[in-house]
Amino acid sequence: MREWRYWLNEQRGTLTGLAIFLVMFAVYVANHPAGFTANVVHTAANKGVLLAFVAMAQALVVITAGIDLSVGMVLVLTNCLASWIVVGGAMPTSLGVAAVLATGMLCGTINGLLVIYGRLQPIVATIATGAVYFGLALLLRPFPGGSVNEDLADALTGRLFGVVPSSLVALAAVVLLVWLPFRRSVAGRAAYAAGSSEPAAFMSGVPIRRGKFAAYLLGGLLAGMGGLFLTFFTYTGEAAYASGSAYTLWSIAAVVLGGVSLYGGRGSAVGAIFGAFAARTTGDMLFAFDVDPLWQPLLQGIVLMVAVSLGSLALLRVRNRLDWFQ
Amino acid sequence: MSETSESRLSVKARLPGFLRRVDPAVLTAFGCILLLLLLGSLYSSNFLSPDYLLQQLKVASFLGVVAAGMMIVILLGHIDLSVPWVMTTGAMMACAAAGFGNAGASVAIPVGVLSGMAFGLLNGIGVAYLRIPSMIVTLASNVVAQGLMVVYTGGFSPQDSASNAIRWLATGALVPGVPNAIVVWIAVSAAMVFLLTRTAFGRAVYGIGNSERAAFLSGVGTRRVVMIAFVVSGGLSAFGGVLLAGYASKAAQAMGDAYLLPSIAAVVLGGTSILGGRGSYVGTVAGVILITLLQSILSVMQMPEAGRQIVYGIVIIVMLLLYGRAPPSR
Repeated sequence: MREWRYWLNEQRGTLTGLAIFLVMFAVYVANHPAGFTANVVHTAANKGVLLAFVAMAQALVVITAGIDLSVGMVLVLTNCLASWIVVGGAMPTSLGVAAVLATGMLCGTINGLLVIYGRLQPIVATIATGAVYFGLALLLRPFPGGSVNEDLADALTGRLFGVVPSSLVALAAVVLLVWLPFRRSVAGRAAYAAGSSEPAAFMSGVPIRRGKFAAYLLGGLLAGMGGLFLTFFTYTGEAAYASGSAYTLWSIAAVVLGGVSLYGGRGSAVGAIFGAFAARTTGDMLFAFDVDPLWQPLLQGIVLMVAVSLGSLALLRVRNRLDWFQ
Repeated sequence: MSETSESRLSVKARLPGFLRRVDPAVLTAFGCILLLLLLGSLYSSNFLSPDYLLQQLKVASFLGVVAAGMMIVILLGHIDLSVPWVMTTGAMMACAAAGFGNAGASVAIPVGVLSGMAFGLLNGIGVAYLRIPSMIVTLASNVVAQGLMVVYTGGFSPQDSASNAIRWLATGALVPGVPNAIVVWIAVSAAMVFLLTRTAFGRAVYGIGNSERAAFLSGVGTRRVVMIAFVVSGGLSAFGGVLLAGYASKAAQAMGDAYLLPSIAAVVLGGTSILGGRGSYVGTVAGVILITLLQSILSVMQMPEAGRQIVYGIVIIVMLLLYGRAPPSR
């Protein structure tokens, strides 16, 4: 077997996510009254980037065979915090951005400490920390409001050279500066190994704890970036429980659509980005087809259901029935 | 390592027999309930009055019914995230059926429960036969249920007030002084204990939670058991929704949102392993009472919502750190 076939096999999930997104986006653009213009792409990108950040955060944790049910709440918390401190001149603003990202990392750190050193199950531990983060967000912003440095917000949500959405550029930069170094580092390999088989990784002397910890930490950082961008889009901070839990739920859906295995060890954050864009396009597509808004949640649910059921086609290839129980 | 476990064993061996059999997690949970009651009584003398305690048990019974279904699914090593909108679906369908005159009112409760079981069946087929991870398939069916209810309530304004029978079931008192909701919870609990400890189905649930492969090789129809477990969970969620509709005397959108996380937390705080295969129903009852009391104390102290969420989360983390930790793997 040639080298590229190994690569293809490894990236199958990511490529499937990309294919799903491209097909959906093509259908969407073809049916959009305005067609394939910079405006349409810009709107779609800005909507998708938020979920993409959260989905990347989720993917990092899911790769270690964990799950983070607090990502949405970290997003809400950092959004509320950013609406207080990312204001004023250049210096206060940059300090504020740093503080917001540090808060995201701190949330990830707490999750990581509880899961790795507290030996709690990720599902329940992050449910509980999610409640704490939401409570803190509510303390910061009992009522929606606040403001943000509008120059920075407009620069990061506008367009570069009139064509390229700068939010997409920011997302690409994050992939290059956060995801790729992590993927290539020892900690990144350890995260994959721990997700694939923790006993085997342990026996091979892989630094499991460091890998998992890095995954949770960077997950918090990425969720914090999502919160920052949410502030840039809305110019306000709002502690909305429904929006936080919706982001958590759709981040899991995006991760699955992007080919990251919920059992850990397979997939990549890049796939999760495509999954996030695909999930967002579902909603937009219904708009382009002029579906009654009343029917949108139902159709979105059915699309999600069908998409996740497609994965079970792999069952047809199972020869030994014991393989069902992987 | 072996020394400490031996000394632990000897401490355990010295306890009287009935204590030796009890899960330490369940004991801790009941201990925390007593502690909460003590703290509450320091704050207000009403806290230990029978009226207040019965009221708490009544509020707990809605969560208790939902948590019973969640427990079966968690024992299998799965999870049911479709609780919020399946509850709402059950409540709305029951109220809708009650709108069709007397005939409708008489089948209102079964209609609500059956609609929940239909979603449970969808989850069960997805998890057991299509082998989709339960987290994602129940998530998707939650979105589908939400979509259906949005379509149902959006197009026209349907009947949403609960029938007299539903109200009676939730707030009436068949036995004087004891609200019916508590009686319903006791009945559901008795059925659950029988199901989990005295039937082949219950044994199979624990077996699958430990190792689905081993259960399959032992001749258990694991896929059927998993599917039925999800149907039961869906039915109980919807039943909890029906009771809640009777309590609030109407069905509303998003009425189940506040029940997903507490139901999982109640099961886990009661000592059931989230990985499946381990846990007793008594623990779940303790967890439900614990969470209800905690929420009640926080609201009696007039703590704002933000503080309540923070305390709630921290208490769950602390309790899990006390006894919910996984064994050290190295």
